[in-house]
Amino acid sequence: MGLTNETIKERLVAKFGEQLSHFEEPYGLLTFEAPKELNLKVMQFLFDDAELQFRFLTDLTAVHYPDQKGRELAVVYHLHNLVDNVRLRFKVFTTIEEPDIFTATQLYSAANWMERETYDFFGINFVGHPNLKRILNVDEMEYFPMRKEFPLEDQTRIDKDDAMFGRGTLPESAKG
Amino acid sequence: MARPVRFNIHPIQADIKDNISMVNAPEGHTGEGFFATQLSSVVGLARKNSLWPLPFATSCCGIEFMSVMASHYDLARFGAERLAFSPRQCDLLMVMGTIAKKMGPILKQVYLQMAEPRWVMAVGACASSGGIFDTYSVLQGIDQVVPVDVYVPGCPPRPEAIIDGFIRIQELVGNESVRRRNSDEYKALLHGYGIQ
Repeated sequence: MGLTNETIKERLVAKFGEQLSHFEEPYGLLTFEAPKELNLKVMQFLFDDAELQFRFLTDLTAVHYPDQKGRELAVVYHLHNLVDNVRLRFKVFTTIEEPDIFTATQLYSAANWMERETYDFFGINFVGHPNLKRILNVDEMEYFPMRKEFPLEDQTRIDKDDAMFGRGTLPESAKG
Repeated sequence: MARPVRFNIHPIQADIKDNISMVNAPEGHTGEGFFATQLSSVVGLARKNSLWPLPFATSCCGIEFMSVMASHYDLARFGAERLAFSPRQCDLLMVMGTIAKKMGPILKQVYLQMAEPRWVMAVGACASSGGIFDTYSVLQGIDQVVPVDVYVPGCPPRPEAIIDGFIRIQELVGNESVRRRNSDEYKALLHGYGIQ
């Protein structure tokens, strides 16, 4: 019959039990959440298992939720089973004060640059990464641009101001 | 049934005899076997009609530049026949496309490797001012790293606009004084950019 989302979910729950949570299927893509200490174990299990065979890491990225205290940064892994053409997504959450996640580079070489990009934009420290430094931004940049507190616009411009972007009030001369 | 042809149904035969333009000689005093004029006009005339551009094409404006160099909007008829990608051999640095902040020092390196006299043309909105990409990663105009002579606005500018910018560069080149590159103002300008 093929590998279905129910089968994958049963196997995962049989192995890890109650530690995995928030199972959902937006647009048919099985999504679940794992505690951050288990991320390598989950990926290793999905890799090694003869029936599940999730051996391709499609994407590794992060999301910043500034309002969820204690769970601000989410690292999202997208895995793909090339034999049965089944995809799944799983997320690990971490706090913004200590964003340490174990690196997936031992298992997937593709994770190397993807984790560098995630570090560059969100500031997540991947423990055990061979070369964790900025990859797309200027090396001297001190902040992590994709976090919600930083504005998109370049801050060195003097001719554009907050009012032009809908933040704050217009100067008197421009009103009316 | 295919649409009927609407354009070019009475094509005009190109007549080479009326379509040749010649460069005028500069003003000067002529005599039997000699011609006296200002050195800067002769040098300017020679330089402006054989500018060798360096196409620093990064994104979409580079595609417009490709059409400028092609046969329809031929840039070679203005003397820019020989493009090279080596800054050591070029006079005009044409920066076409978005320059990221990581690319800024590299662009400055390329500019430094050019020999005097050199001119810079910023083609497109991104090279002139950052364009629509007002963001943390894009350099908001290449005049933050190199001195620019002509800006060609547009997103992307029409090939005719790029040619117009090139013609203005030619006017700048033709009217430039031979002592400009050694003058104090020019040195102060370069000093402002951190170039000795």
